[in-house]
Amino acid sequence: MGVEVSAVEQDENVSHDSWEIAGRKFSSRLIIGTGKYKDYQQNADAAVAAGAEIVTVAVRRVNLSDPNSPMLIDYIDPKKYVFLPNTAGCFTGEDAVRTLRLAREAGGWDLVKLEVLGDEKTLYPNMPETLRAAELLIKDGFQVMVYCSDDPIMAKRLEEIGCCAIMPLAAPIGSGLGVQNPINIRLIIEQANVPVLVDAGVGTASDAAIAMELGCDGVLMNTAIAEAKNPILMAEAMRHAVIAGRQAYLAGRMPKRLYADPSSPLAGLI
Amino acid sequence: MSITVEINGEARRLEGPLSVAALLHLLDLPREKVALERNREIVPRSFYDTVMIEGGDRLEIVHFIGGG
Repeated sequence: MGVEVSAVEQDENVSHDSWEIAGRKFSSRLIIGTGKYKDYQQNADAAVAAGAEIVTVAVRRVNLSDPNSPMLIDYIDPKKYVFLPNTAGCFTGEDAVRTLRLAREAGGWDLVKLEVLGDEKTLYPNMPETLRAAELLIKDGFQVMVYCSDDPIMAKRLEEIGCCAIMPLAAPIGSGLGVQNPINIRLIIEQANVPVLVDAGVGTASDAAIAMELGCDGVLMNTAIAEAKNPILMAEAMRHAVIAGRQAYLAGRMPKRLYADPSSPLAGLI
Repeated sequence: MSITVEINGEARRLEGPLSVAALLHLLDLPREKVALERNREIVPRSFYDTVMIEGGDRLEIVHFIGGG
């Protein structure tokens, strides 16, 4: 496993390590959610600590009884962060299209995160409906980053119909269980010609590093940071973990051996 | 003239005629921070001054909130 690159190329890769999605260039590979925080201020501080350039957001009805209640965009500036509107709560393709059309009008963005859930207990994606929704959205001009199961065949299909990023779950949303199926994540990465991000299931820094060591282009997380005892510190830990995992992937890990191999030479022993 | 419309699922009586822009002003909602759907059709922000609210309209007014 691992990429065949020269030392010079590797240095280049590490110092100018950016990635592209739908023609946009980013240097941070950590996308964070904006749900479940104590308040928007803590969320904004976490985004800074995470070094994030993209944040996911939800679209909901305004509170008519209290129009002056705090608004997300007063704390997280859409000019500084790319807003990635999601379709959380949508169960059909039509709902997803309707929600994201409103998001496009509110923010003017066509880069979106599609998630069509199929089960309330596991929040597992409904893949047939996700495929249908992705087709509808792409036809409507959206650039679709898609939350999906870790099935390589489904991932391939989503790429074929024009999704700009494939985002398989590491484990169920909000579970914090970490990468449960590294083999499938790896298979999805190997076959993909668009960015692959692990979305959902990361619990702590090592989980993010594992995802990146597998060769993911990025990681998307919300609960792991928002529900940490100290979300700001965890956001910073995640930033380091994503960078560390990425660098380890680029560096190419040593082979695993069954038995020991001494680090000090045996020759010249007294 | 008094009209009844539905805004975000709730019935409301308004003094008409009024434009979308006037409605947002009345509701104290900043127009640059919301998006609006009228009878399931998006009203582009550039049309807020010219599109008029009519009795029986079903309106959805949304904005961005935290989400994963």
